[in-house]
Amino acid sequence: MIKTEALSKHYHIGDTIVKALDNVTLHIPAHSFVSIVGPSGSGKSTLMNLLGCLDTPTSGRYLLDGMEVSNMSDNQLAEIRNRKIGFVFQGFNLVPKLTALENVELPLIYSGVSKKERRSLAAEALEKVGLTDRSSHLPSELSGGQQQRVAIARALVTRPPIILADEPTGNLDSHSGRDILKLFQKLHEMGNTIVLITHDEYIAGQAQRIIRILDGQIVDDVEVG
Amino acid sequence: MGIWQAFRMAVKSIFSNKVRSFLTMLGVIIGVAAVITAVAFAQGSTKQITDRISQLGTELIQVNIFGRNTNRDLTWETLSEFASDNADVIAAVAPQVTGNMTVKAGRNSLSTTIRGTTYDYSVINSQGVSEGRYILDIDSDLRQKVAVIGSRIKDKLFENENPIGKTIKVGEQIFTVVGILEELEDGAENTKDDQIIIPVSTAQRITRNSAIRNYSFLATSPENVKEAMERISEFLTDVYGNENMFRVTNSAQMLDTLNSVTETMMTVLGGIAAISLLVGGIGIMNIMLVSVTERTREIGIRKAVGAKRRNILTQFLIEALLITGLGGAFGLIIGCTAIWGIGKAGLVPAVYSPLWMALSFGISLLVGVIFGMFPANKASKLDPIMALRHE
Repeated sequence: MIKTEALSKHYHIGDTIVKALDNVTLHIPAHSFVSIVGPSGSGKSTLMNLLGCLDTPTSGRYLLDGMEVSNMSDNQLAEIRNRKIGFVFQGFNLVPKLTALENVELPLIYSGVSKKERRSLAAEALEKVGLTDRSSHLPSELSGGQQQRVAIARALVTRPPIILADEPTGNLDSHSGRDILKLFQKLHEMGNTIVLITHDEYIAGQAQRIIRILDGQIVDDVEVG
Repeated sequence: MGIWQAFRMAVKSIFSNKVRSFLTMLGVIIGVAAVITAVAFAQGSTKQITDRISQLGTELIQVNIFGRNTNRDLTWETLSEFASDNADVIAAVAPQVTGNMTVKAGRNSLSTTIRGTTYDYSVINSQGVSEGRYILDIDSDLRQKVAVIGSRIKDKLFENENPIGKTIKVGEQIFTVVGILEELEDGAENTKDDQIIIPVSTAQRITRNSAIRNYSFLATSPENVKEAMERISEFLTDVYGNENMFRVTNSAQMLDTLNSVTETMMTVLGGIAAISLLVGGIGIMNIMLVSVTERTREIGIRKAVGAKRRNILTQFLIEALLITGLGGAFGLIIGCTAIWGIGKAGLVPAVYSPLWMALSFGISLLVGVIFGMFPANKASKLDPIMALRHE
């Protein structure tokens, strides 16, 4: 599903080269639930941006669902993000002017799905996260946990091979956080591939496999229970 | 993502910020409304004047004599002789002595133009009689007190009676009505239908104007007008010794002058329009840039879920186009209302120029494209990682 070979990302700051990510070789098969854990500054956000096709690597290869994506143009990457990846962010990132349903529809607009089909697919996704009764609410009328569930529905709606979640519980109280983690468990059981990025050991422990990252390199890769 | 979808998103965005969108549009609204109203005003007043002038006839040449004792140097006999010597370019000439006097018949009275002239005036002005006869040269020679009256005079003084053979009192003098002028302008006030024609010699006496200061010449054809005017000027310069004693004018010449004035006016209006739309365009660009900054995070989200650069560009460009398009439409409505109001108030006739309306609307759309392009391009180039981090 995800395959990286010697993936590196270097930044030039003044005269020095910062190796945000250094020779990361990684394989994440389909239907797995993996967490990538590391302290801030470890390079996990850089890895998340690369895996999410929001950024291109300095060197190395990245195969996503069998496709080489490391040399793609901005437009091609936009299309890959649209079809292959569902994002869940720490700050929810919903469009404030759009209702829950319209937010969930958003990725479908850019893949050219007709309005009628968009409506039914979005409603279906909202049902999966248990928010059917909130579909016409604006994000500002929803609690944090509900907003995050809308964001998860948006990530699911295109049925992408991979769901990338970046600190999905970071902005939530522990109760809502546990609900969201349960939802991820459920989605995993339904056959979704989930990559969860966090600095929290407890949250990382919810996955099947934990990849530890430090100073831009993988330092540990273990299967859990 | 289709254009229709982008259009729907733009409508949503504009309506979610009604006050701001309206204020942004205001520049375009005022620009378009001002342009079409000003153009209509210019065209209306030009039309009014052009109609008046062209009624005078393009082959007509007017001569005005200034100064005192004009008839000592120029007699009617010498002028007639000059005209017949130049019959190749001059078809007719008629003297004119005019004055405003009160006219009475029985108990009715009114004030009108008394014009002393000769038979040729009917040819020059293309206004003959509908009943009776015109004044003849012999009337002038014998200083007859005969009059040809306009249709308005007939209606006001005689109502349903036949005025021919009846008498009217012009000033202190009694005149016999011998004919009625052809009705040319519905018997309206201050037109060719509101005048009394009498023999020139009689007019000189009753208006106490011994000098004839106005002559009307008719050229043989429009092509000969210029030649005729040159010969008349030459002749009069010979008579008076200098060129400042008279003026020779022609209605075609007046139309030319008027047209060049209108052209200048239109150029000025075009300039003002361009400036006001430019200012409106800058306002739109300013607001769009603010909007792009405000919506950076939204743009980041859209890009993260798969919006291409082209999608973002289209979305913002259509928003700018919609703002200027709506502004242009409102401007047209306001402008047309103003034109209708001006016409209704009778200031100038209402002239709706589809060309200028289409032009100003088209320019406002163009302003949207030009000034929307920069912010839209800026939005489309945002890096999704940076945009998502934007607070």
